[in-house]
Amino acid sequence: MTEALLQPVLRTSWRFVVLVLVLGAIVAAGVAAWLYQVYYGIGMAGIGWPVFWAFYVTNFVFWIGISHAGTLVSAILRLVNAGWRRPVTRCAEAITVFALMIGALFPIIHLGRPWLFFWLVPYPSERMIWPNFQSPLVWDFFAINTYLTGSVLFLLLPLIPDFALLRDRTTGMRRKIYTALALGWRGTPRQWHRLEAAMTIMAVVILPVAVSVHTIVSFDFSMAPVPMWHSTIFGPYFVAGAIFSGIAALIVVMAALRKALHLEAFLLPLHFDNLGKLLLMMSLLWAYFVFAERLTTWYGNDPSEMAVFWATQRGTYAPLYWTMVVCNLVIPVGILSISRLRTITGCAAAAVSVLIGMWIERFLIIVPALGHKYLPYSWGTYRPQAVEIVITVSTFAAMVLLYALFSKLAPVISVWELRAGERTP
Amino acid sequence: MRTLYSLFRDREAALDAVDRLRLAGVADRDIIVRSGEPLDDCELGQRDRGTWLPWISTAGGLVGLAAGTWLPRATAAGWPISTGGIPASSWWPNLIIVFELTMLGAILATVAGLIVTAGLISRSTPIREPALADGWILVGVATPKPIAHIEEALDPGGVGSVKTVN
Repeated sequence: MTEALLQPVLRTSWRFVVLVLVLGAIVAAGVAAWLYQVYYGIGMAGIGWPVFWAFYVTNFVFWIGISHAGTLVSAILRLVNAGWRRPVTRCAEAITVFALMIGALFPIIHLGRPWLFFWLVPYPSERMIWPNFQSPLVWDFFAINTYLTGSVLFLLLPLIPDFALLRDRTTGMRRKIYTALALGWRGTPRQWHRLEAAMTIMAVVILPVAVSVHTIVSFDFSMAPVPMWHSTIFGPYFVAGAIFSGIAALIVVMAALRKALHLEAFLLPLHFDNLGKLLLMMSLLWAYFVFAERLTTWYGNDPSEMAVFWATQRGTYAPLYWTMVVCNLVIPVGILSISRLRTITGCAAAAVSVLIGMWIERFLIIVPALGHKYLPYSWGTYRPQAVEIVITVSTFAAMVLLYALFSKLAPVISVWELRAGERTP
Repeated sequence: MRTLYSLFRDREAALDAVDRLRLAGVADRDIIVRSGEPLDDCELGQRDRGTWLPWISTAGGLVGLAAGTWLPRATAAGWPISTGGIPASSWWPNLIIVFELTMLGAILATVAGLIVTAGLISRSTPIREPALADGWILVGVATPKPIAHIEEALDPGGVGSVKTVN
């Protein structure tokens, strides 16, 4: 078992090199597009009055949502001591870290003068600039950084024994790197107890932080007097959507890793079946939130809100809206509610559909509302430009690239947890 | 200091070796046990269970809470703006900063507490034993010189030999 799990770390095939080169080229194209935007100005993006938030903020909300896969799923499964979690947790925790890193880039990409990004950091007014602690954007700074710090540590702590394992099995420069990363791990009963206690505490702490992060991201919208944003439902609606897209991302990543790294013996149909049931439940929960939000808006019949409502139901954005409904509800429920279809392929297909649907959902929250504000003189449209599309595509490549590189640094399935699981179901 | 150790295939054999070391007069604190996975389900894993870690995390959370309370209020108070008597800082939005910094304090304290209480980042070199990852359990004694009865106590009984590292 140990050999099979370490093989992807210790051996590199030519396919991996080709994959890294291709993904690296796409990421480089994204960086080039961003530098082009920096040089010629933010006007190169399609954003402009009145739609100042578009693709970049859509991507920000989408990736922060994806990040809920890991830590939330992993922490819940750890706390309830679900035996089937063991091959899943590290895959999930790594998604969280990489998705957060990508998501946190978008506020900087969205800046007209990104070299002044440090002005976003709130600290007492030494430069006579007042960090406004009443601003949701400042709350974002604290929430995302707390979540990123916690998620990185939540990923790294259970990696320590596996780094020690690699330290004992490698030579040369690799051994030196793993010796540093293993932090002098010996595997004494004392160290095992402390590690398990630390993981339990971290799981307890990280859960409310994860919920708070997406609630605060929702506050970026719901604190603003914009039609269909100023809603009390946004906090739980965003959290549910984040968990929904997070589980979908986890299923896609697990299916890809299973195939690419030959982990068929560890990532079993049972894991996909269980995650598929969770995805099905979240799909229904998402539909419930959408229905509650839409019905309340329609019943209120406020003209400004109805303008946004009809733009999405049967106007300009209707094709996107109904695609979202199909992707987030019709396809996943159609596949996952039939046990015969809840196979690895079925779950992966449903999960890809959900990821597409959730990206569209984020877009539809932002753009139609900003394009239909209270007074018709401030109505407008948005068309994405090439830089935004290239940067968006490159972030998906960056996610895969980061995951590929991570699979060369550490086993994507926790070796020691899997071994422990053989004795304690 | 020289360390004598043996590898044992199963928990019972390792526990027997620990018992033999005790009978040979070796104190529990001098007996080294190492494994590639937690040994919670046997007596070997019951050593050193007590920990201050939850209290350390709580203390870290309290420090974070204090920092989260101070930062927004001190920033607002430090800004030379005349508000005509209206409060420049309010509790509702500040509670978000307080919450996040409380949690951040608890997270950082947990990791720092783990490093300190588990004895990580020590300068001594750990014994390099790849067999631990395959389920073997290491039992040993750090001793200044080879002692026959310790070697006898550590005898793995036909599935290896007593090893020595400096």
